[in-house]
Amino acid sequence: MAADERVKDRPGRRVRLGAARYFVQRLGFYLAAAWIAVTLNFLLPRLMPGDPASALIAQMQGRSALSGEQIASIYRLFGDPGEPLWSQYVTYLGQVAHLDFGLSVAFFPTPVWEVISAGLPWTIGLVGITAVLSFVIGTAGGIMAGGRAGSRTDSVATPGAMFLNALPTFWIALLFVLVFGFQLAWLPTGGAYDGDLTPGFSAAFIGSVISHAALPALTIALGWSATWFIGMRNMMITTVSEDYVLLARAKGLGRTRVMFRYAARNAILPSVAGFAINIGNVVGGQLLVEAVFAYPGVGYLLYQSVASVDYPLMQALFLMVSLSVLAANFLADSVYGLIDPRAREGRA
Amino acid sequence: MRLKVAPRLNVAPRLPENRKVRAGIAILVLFALFALAGPFLVEDVFGLSATAIHTADGMQPPSGEHLLGTTATGEDVLAQLVVGSRVSLLVGLVAAVISTTLSVLVGVAGGYLGGTADALLTAGTNVALVIPSLPLLIIVASYVKGRGGWLTVALIIGLTSWPWGARGKRAQTLSLRRRDFVTAAEMTGESRWWIITRELIPSMAPLISASFLSAVVLSMFADAGLSFIGLGNINLTSWGSMLYWAQNASALARGAWWWFIPPGACIALVGIAAGLINFGIDEIANPRLRKPSRAVRRRAAAAALRTPEEAR
Repeated sequence: MAADERVKDRPGRRVRLGAARYFVQRLGFYLAAAWIAVTLNFLLPRLMPGDPASALIAQMQGRSALSGEQIASIYRLFGDPGEPLWSQYVTYLGQVAHLDFGLSVAFFPTPVWEVISAGLPWTIGLVGITAVLSFVIGTAGGIMAGGRAGSRTDSVATPGAMFLNALPTFWIALLFVLVFGFQLAWLPTGGAYDGDLTPGFSAAFIGSVISHAALPALTIALGWSATWFIGMRNMMITTVSEDYVLLARAKGLGRTRVMFRYAARNAILPSVAGFAINIGNVVGGQLLVEAVFAYPGVGYLLYQSVASVDYPLMQALFLMVSLSVLAANFLADSVYGLIDPRAREGRA
Repeated sequence: MRLKVAPRLNVAPRLPENRKVRAGIAILVLFALFALAGPFLVEDVFGLSATAIHTADGMQPPSGEHLLGTTATGEDVLAQLVVGSRVSLLVGLVAAVISTTLSVLVGVAGGYLGGTADALLTAGTNVALVIPSLPLLIIVASYVKGRGGWLTVALIIGLTSWPWGARGKRAQTLSLRRRDFVTAAEMTGESRWWIITRELIPSMAPLISASFLSAVVLSMFADAGLSFIGLGNINLTSWGSMLYWAQNASALARGAWWWFIPPGACIALVGIAAGLINFGIDEIANPRLRKPSRAVRRRAAAAALRTPEEAR
């Protein structure tokens, strides 16, 4: 009895200890990655050929007279050439810690951080909801199609998903603007809500937000569900012929139950890992979609900062996007470590 | 004299029998011909120009004279499409060469050498993997904007897109490094560099060529995206810069579908070709994904209809 308990207990405890070590190790990795992203953000403008600071100042003075503050925020970004690199780096780290990125050129004299915090909620809402929705839809579809490979659903949906997966997202966005925005005039194609509404919890405002988000969300969701669909289908096909699945079916368990409770549980693991590592791609892909729909999130801000050569805003956006992708990756990795003990054994 | 032990002869030169792979390759070859010969045909044979501006002829829908219509400044869309294919394809090819080379070097070296070298290379790959590449691409491209032409764009895309490939190749190398032909080469005292370049890389040729193809397409997508938001070289006619100018002249709001559908459709077709090839390669690697051929299905159906006695 006592021996039995020890045998039963021991693997459990080992898993729990392993999980802690796994989290610490993952946390270390993401902290290192964050430090590299921050440092990259510091080095990029300084590694560029020529003298972007003077070029930018000259270019801006062509348009209008520069205030001392503007010049100061450009030097804050590119560094004072008179200062040694390491002390520039220390100053820069201090600024990042205080979210002090200087003033935006395009939205002068608004501080960069204020511009970004106005855009972040829109992106998090749009991309967060669509990324999760398309993962659920795509994965569920992949389970159905892969569980019955060769069925009618499979032979229609799989080529369809392949086709969607092969199209550039921003071009789908352009097509949607043309068809649903201009030709059929069903949905608005720009902004996040009607300009004449005041933001608040009114039915009119919420309805307006939803109708403005519909097309960009649909664009992102189509491409991403297709990706998850294909990955999940392929894993399902491999998993359904495993011995334990065959055994479950031989026992006479229901088809749906075997498909979801036995096969899909294991087949989904690579998709979850893929979801983690693809968050960066979702964010990247949505930048262009936001630009097409003039959706006021960080993607559209990045687009505007490129168009108006707003380096301070551009740099800070890159840093924010990188850090949030890293944070999301850490979360997804942690979930993966919880559901798949093999992931904790090192290599993954 | 050096022994050749890598099992390479039976893979590389033959055209795959998989129909999806063949269709994909056919589309890509077609586009390559388009890019190579098209500009001569369009400019010298048909006398069309991609850059001639006839403002009076602006925004014409497709007609007998302009098969795909004209832009706002009266350039011929078909001529632009054909001439632009060359730039788009070149960027894709050069960027893919850079990123594939990097991914092979990092992935195969890490997977084969193991130990500290592998730990360092894997950590580097993982970091590069989680830093979002499109925003990075946008930042770097906007700093070098105006300096250098398509080559700079290709270089930037190539340098930011290798980590996915490196990860896949490392996994493949891990499964190859204990095979007999590698052990045999080690026994004959070959150097690690020789084993990596002459044994491991050739035996991974199918995987490398498949990942090269998808790198070409992803680079073309990246180039189109960059040009679309006005980075890259918008004064050079390419599919991406066509989309930029179309957007710039509000072609969408003005209903000028003939201006931005053709370049986007070309990019999409190249994407579909790559999708077909990837899908076909998955089928080759994992036979369960394959749909049985019609003959096999007919035989199976016939066998199912037969009574057990007949079957015996």
